[in-house]
Amino acid sequence: MPSVMLRRNEDGQISFYVAKKDLEETISTIEFEADDKWGGEIELADGSKYYLEPLDEAPKLPTTLRVKRL
Amino acid sequence: MAEMTREETEALIQEVLEVYPEKAKKDRSKHLAANDSSLEKSNKCITSNKKSLPGVMTIRGCAYAGSKGVVWGPIKDMIHISHGPVGCGQYSRAGRRNYYVGTTGVNTFGTMNFTSDFQEKDIVFGGDKKLDKLLDEIETLFPLNKGISVQSECPIGLIGDDIEAVSKKKAKAIEKPVVPVRCEGFRGVSQSLGHHIANDAIRDWTLGARDGDDSFATTPYDVAIIGDYNIGGDAWASRTLLEEMGLRVVAQWSGDGTISEMELTPKVKLNLLHCYRSMNYISRHMEEKYGIPWVEYNFFGPSKIAESLRKIASFFDDKIKEGAEKVIARYQPLMDNVIAKYRPRLEGKRVMLYVGGLRPRHTIGAYEDLGMEVVGAGYEFAHNDDYDRTIKEMGDATLLYDDVTGYEFEEFVKAVKPDLIGSGIKEKYIFQKMGIPFRQMHSWDYSGPYHGYDGFAIFARDMDMTLNNPCWGKLKAPWKASDESELQLGAQA
Ligand code: SF4
Repeated sequence: MPSVMLRRNEDGQISFYVAKKDLEETISTIEFEADDKWGGEIELADGSKYYLEPLDEAPKLPTTLRVKRL
Repeated sequence: MAEMTREETEALIQEVLEVYPEKAKKDRSKHLAANDSSLEKSNKCITSNKKSLPGVMTIRGCAYAGSKGVVWGPIKDMIHISHGPVGCGQYSRAGRRNYYVGTTGVNTFGTMNFTSDFQEKDIVFGGDKKLDKLLDEIETLFPLNKGISVQSECPIGLIGDDIEAVSKKKAKAIEKPVVPVRCEGFRGVSQSLGHHIANDAIRDWTLGARDGDDSFATTPYDVAIIGDYNIGGDAWASRTLLEEMGLRVVAQWSGDGTISEMELTPKVKLNLLHCYRSMNYISRHMEEKYGIPWVEYNFFGPSKIAESLRKIASFFDDKIKEGAEKVIARYQPLMDNVIAKYRPRLEGKRVMLYVGGLRPRHTIGAYEDLGMEVVGAGYEFAHNDDYDRTIKEMGDATLLYDDVTGYEFEEFVKAVKPDLIGSGIKEKYIFQKMGIPFRQMHSWDYSGPYHGYDGFAIFARDMDMTLNNPCWGKLKAPWKASDESELQLGAQA
């Protein structure tokens, strides 16, 4: 379960940054993006997938969360 | 030589790889590529941040170099102990030319070398006692220091010393920050992990020192310069521009910087990030913890400077935006003069770069302002995100080489025949002996600053001075130079 930092980049996309591995990718899709349910399966621009236990509210970015690699 | 096509570049890479054994060839081929600027992501064409192959001549440094040499070293009012044997610190002492103001040995310590000088008995019995004593000695001899950092060299991690415990204890005793940094040289594949470890140490041991203390009077225009190491005065040349447009520079990280500036950085409104590679970590942290946005900028060459000043100004109100326009307008005639003078002498010249951090991509704009073209670029310790940013700046089908080996670099140069090479001191004399003009682009070849408008004038002069130096035509002894055409490149045949 790596912890990742999510932030908005200059183009308004969410970037997904794994500090441990120095891996930075933009998120292409997030399963749930509603205000009361946010997370689920996350797909990155390079095609890899992660799972974030859905949150009860949309997080304030930037933030660090724990995700699972799928 | 004219432009290389994609096929030619790829053929060249194949030809150079030919000498390697099968396994090495496979590994190295991933690090060499012909640029494809249409790609969004660099990982489709180049691999980076991987362990160097044993047996090749890599040009990389170690994690200690990344922490002590780059990030911590320039913080001038702290004493940075090279903890371990004497060599690591002594042979790198003052080599980076981070300028600072102060009285060395009294209130600033930038060019001095402090070491615990490990001997056999320290390795056998552990060096914690020695460190303890050393910290006392420093306090007695240099009472005006504002803090001490302990930069671990390889043996510290190997023998398992507990520098954290000693640091905590002594910090209490001397009532100053004592920061243990676990940057042993063997960690990671290059100096890059050293930057990361150093950033983490700043985060954990100094950055929060003034949380909850509001005594520092802030303004809406406070910024910090992050990742400018003031090489040859770079940060000063940048700072004046920012101040001229109406911003207040609270901190310089870390060239000519102080620990108090670092502690005040969480109070600024915007972090300006020059060297992304070495300090993006701390900028990300400050964004998350303190809500301070950060923005990358590039102060090489008038085109990029103007672009960056406008980008920085866009975070502020109209007063700053006007300020930026005024600064740009004020320097434009000066820059036009510089370009009018040097461009005709440099137009069309081709450059190959192999440096670290940000320079292989950041200096491209400055060369283009002078009508020059960068035909090959590579980084010692870049990651994918650096190449993502580079492929857009470079021309199509130009050479990209990651963690290039001594052999590959020479072969590429022989084939591409650039008019100028920018790289480090270890490469300098090889290429000069091959008869190719060379600038040492790590510490600006004893020149600088190169940042900012003032820096560009110096940059242009230096490039001209090197490239058009008459010595390059005189490398062959006159009695051997029978054929005129052999004069230029005869030495390498
Ligand atoms: S690799 Fe280890 S021994 Fe070599 S310079 Fe770096 S810290 Fe010193």
